[in-house]
Amino acid sequence: MRLSASLSFSLILVAIGAGLVPVIAIGFGQGYELSRLFDAYFFRVVTFTIVQATLSTVFSVLFAIPVARTLARRQFPGRGLVLRLFALPLALPAIVAILGIVEIYGRSGWLSRLTALELDIYGLAGILIAHVFFNMPLAARMMLVRLDQIAPESFRLSAQLGFGAGAFWRFIEWPAIRETLPGIASLVFLLCAASFATVLTLGGGPQATTLEVAIYQALRYDFDPARASLLSMAQLALCVPLVALTAAAAGRLQHAPALRAKARRFATDTAFSRLADGGILAVALAFVFLPLIALVLAGIGAPFAWSAIAGAMITSLFLAGGAMLLSLLLAWPLANAAARGSPLLTRLLSTAALLAFIVPPAVLATGWFVLALKAGDPPHLAPLLVIVMNALMALPFGLSVLTPAVSQSAARHDRLCAGLGLSGFARLRLIDLPVLARPLGLAAALSFAISLGDLTAITLFGSQDLTTLPALVYRQMGSYRLDAAAGSALVLAVFSTAIIAMAERWR
Amino acid sequence: MIRLDHVTFHYEDLRMEFDVAVAKGEFLGIIGPSGSGKSTLLNLIAGFESPAAGHIFIANREVTASPPAKRPVTMIFQDNNSFAHLDVWTNVALGLSPSLKLDADQRALINSALAATGLEAYARRKPGELSGGERQRIAIARALVRDQPVLLLDEPFTALGPKLRQDMLDLVVALHKSRGLTTLMVSHHPEDARRAADRTAFIANGRILAIAPTAELFAAARDPEITEYLGL
Repeated sequence: MRLSASLSFSLILVAIGAGLVPVIAIGFGQGYELSRLFDAYFFRVVTFTIVQATLSTVFSVLFAIPVARTLARRQFPGRGLVLRLFALPLALPAIVAILGIVEIYGRSGWLSRLTALELDIYGLAGILIAHVFFNMPLAARMMLVRLDQIAPESFRLSAQLGFGAGAFWRFIEWPAIRETLPGIASLVFLLCAASFATVLTLGGGPQATTLEVAIYQALRYDFDPARASLLSMAQLALCVPLVALTAAAAGRLQHAPALRAKARRFATDTAFSRLADGGILAVALAFVFLPLIALVLAGIGAPFAWSAIAGAMITSLFLAGGAMLLSLLLAWPLANAAARGSPLLTRLLSTAALLAFIVPPAVLATGWFVLALKAGDPPHLAPLLVIVMNALMALPFGLSVLTPAVSQSAARHDRLCAGLGLSGFARLRLIDLPVLARPLGLAAALSFAISLGDLTAITLFGSQDLTTLPALVYRQMGSYRLDAAAGSALVLAVFSTAIIAMAERWR
Repeated sequence: MIRLDHVTFHYEDLRMEFDVAVAKGEFLGIIGPSGSGKSTLLNLIAGFESPAAGHIFIANREVTASPPAKRPVTMIFQDNNSFAHLDVWTNVALGLSPSLKLDADQRALINSALAATGLEAYARRKPGELSGGERQRIAIARALVRDQPVLLLDEPFTALGPKLRQDMLDLVVALHKSRGLTTLMVSHHPEDARRAADRTAFIANGRILAIAPTAELFAAARDPEITEYLGL
């Protein structure tokens, strides 16, 4: 087990090294013609990355606070369903959600038709709407977890002391939410700073480009590895401290609210507060679910490009299946080593998994791209690179499911197995696989879903001959065939939702 | 002082019924197996639970439908009696005003309550920096400033060691006597009731099976269920 863990660990390090080393080497090799690279474009991209991520974070968190408070205060039929559906924006492939947003806020979207205004979604406004759409529900769910942890005695105490809504907010709700803010804000900022699909589809030229997308453009359009290298370093400098910050704060946060019965509240309810809460809830539900509904409606009536969809579907299945397998093969020995190793080893291994987070995919791609060119750009390399990158991107999620399950099983079974002399394949077949079937299934489904929805790796390495479903949707959007894109997106959405629903059963 | 008139309450499959009166100035101990309804009895009196039927009177006033803040009651829980992010002084001050708008007299009152519970040196500390016993003193100090005639204690000292539990109990008894309170205390430890209570009630399966002067209840223990519970 130790050997396979080291192997798994080394593979990850090699993959990341192969990304980072050429990036740095090229930079130095070309002597960083700084005057050429540090131009107005570079600073514009850096500024835009920071500004949009900051604004996205502020709006997501400000919107999430009243939503989380309302969800914590109110019991209503369908509340559990709303909480589950709040996971959808991040769980669905990004391109699907983005298309839904375009169906609402785009030039010919619902809002334009309703208000007879010429709305332009492309640019900063569109990026902000999409980022808030993705991250507000996430932030609200994380705040809700904390609000649900408020001790039942606090509700009784506040009822006994005669707290009104104001005192309740001041002494109970706000302190709980405030605790979660550093972790949530740094996570949302990180997700927005590294966001690729949103900025690629909704960003408008050099005016609205982030580092991640600029790296892609430098590689795929300008064939300028030196610029990609410099942009990569800027992206690393921005993301590494944030990942450290997020990881430090994330230990204290959970993502999914428990769907248990809630502690009894003694609400100081007024007609006004009921009305206000209802309004907040209605706005939040409309904001999150209208794009999804619009997408389904547009998709149903769409002209499906079946031959293109079928081809892309097969490619998607092949790549996502490969990434899922590779991700599980990497994760299994790591989870086992972490479950039985010293605390230091456990920390080391979880850091290794986080590396895939720390090094932005576009940066990895830069290095791999350069190495592939040096090797004469061998054919059939592109699908392999997509699989490896997706496997790395899925690894932290798979590990976060597997590690606790394996630890628990190890604590329960290790001594018994040792006593019975049960080890190796026999143990795997008789003990580990049956006991860990659900977490393994969940990890597999998560990895598959993440790879299935990926637009980053496929955009960086894909081509006309290598097109997945998300890439097809993106291409159809790019050529202004929104109706065809909606059809393909609906197929992708149904496919992903089926996998997520399957995974939910194993949770 | 407190009267429950055929008060019924349903918790899962258990139907509870309480019919009991407690005199002004009395200290009633409440013992019984876990899940028997001891805490529910206090929650009904404090207004944290609403009865299915029956009437609750405190100080000759019906409070069956009153919200907790409108009842002349202070309840102390086993834990989470204080807000972790507020210092001791503020935690006690909340007993006087949820908006923390206090005049000089009220400030003096808070300071004297802290002195009476031995907390004056910790006024600016957060509850997390204090020991379990000191944290429960915050709740007692708050009860002092609230100055309500009824004090309800729900296993307040269960988490503390034997010596500390006795000391805290003695503090509560002293307070009970000097303020002329009517006190109800649920305890896991029968010896707590022995030490402090004028009368003791034994609750099982949602009913008061026996209520008698403490010494009598423990000595006689006529009921086989009580004998069984006490291990006599």
